[in-house]
Amino acid sequence: MWSWVLHRITGTAIFFFLLVHILDTTLIRLDAAAYDAVIGTYKTPIMGLGELALVAAIGLHALNGLRIIALDFTRWGVKHQRLLFWIAIALWIVLMLGFAPRHLMHVFGGM
Amino acid sequence: MTTETIQPPRTAARARKSTNWEKWGWVYMRVSGVLLVVLIFGHLLVNLVLGEGVKAIDFAFVAGKLANPFWIVWDTLLLWLALIHGANGMRTLVNDYARGRLRVVLLVLLAGATVVLLVLGTLVLTTFDPCIGDSQIDALIEACAAQ
Repeated sequence: MWSWVLHRITGTAIFFFLLVHILDTTLIRLDAAAYDAVIGTYKTPIMGLGELALVAAIGLHALNGLRIIALDFTRWGVKHQRLLFWIAIALWIVLMLGFAPRHLMHVFGGM
Repeated sequence: MTTETIQPPRTAARARKSTNWEKWGWVYMRVSGVLLVVLIFGHLLVNLVLGEGVKAIDFAFVAGKLANPFWIVWDTLLLWLALIHGANGMRTLVNDYARGRLRVVLLVLLAGATVVLLVLGTLVLTTFDPCIGDSQIDALIEACAAQ
C-alpha cells in the first residue's frame, strides 16, 4: 500500500515539475538572456536541494514502476512482490548515494 | 403449431467491436514507462551528473545539444512520452478523487494544458534558432553573421 501511495505522490510532483520545466525551456526559443536568467535560479542552493528531491522522486517512481510491470506480467513477480519492493528501495538508495554527492558538489562546490 | 428456429443455449455473446481505450491506456503507461526510464536517466546523466552538472546549463549548453539531431529526437520523445504518461496518471487521480462538475473541470484543464504544452514544446524543439544567442563560439558567430 505504501508503494502505491508513494507512486501517486511522486508521480504528481514530477508531473507539476514537468509542466514548469517545459515552460522554462520554451525561453530557449525566445530569448537567450531570459533563458540564462531563469536557468540561473536552478543553480541556487535551495533549488539545488529541490533538484535532489526531484531526482529522488523520479528514482522511486521509476524503480517502483518497473516493479509494477514485473507484477503485471510475471507470476514470479506477484509471488515476490514484497521482496521486489525492498529491492527497488535498495537500488534507489544506491542511485541516490551515487547522485547526491556529485550533485551537491556541483551546487555547493566552489566555482 | 410450428416451431420457430430457436437459438441454441449458451451461445457465446458477440464480442464488443469498440476499442477498449482503458486497456490501451494501461498498456501505454507500461511501454512509455520503460522507455522513460532510459530517456529520463539519460537526460539527467548528461544535464546534472556529467561535466559541471547543473552549473553548466545555459543557452550555449542547450544550443550545443540541439545542434545534434540526436538530442532533438531524444528531447521530442521525452516531451511526448513523459507529458502523456503524466497527464494519463493525473487523469487516474482526478477520476479517483474528484466528483461531479469539479472532475469535469479538472479533466478539461488537464487535457487543455497537455495539448498546449505538447504543441509548444514541439515547436521549440523543431524551430530552435542558435543565432538568437550571444555566441562566443567563432564558427557559430560566422554562420549566424552569414545569414
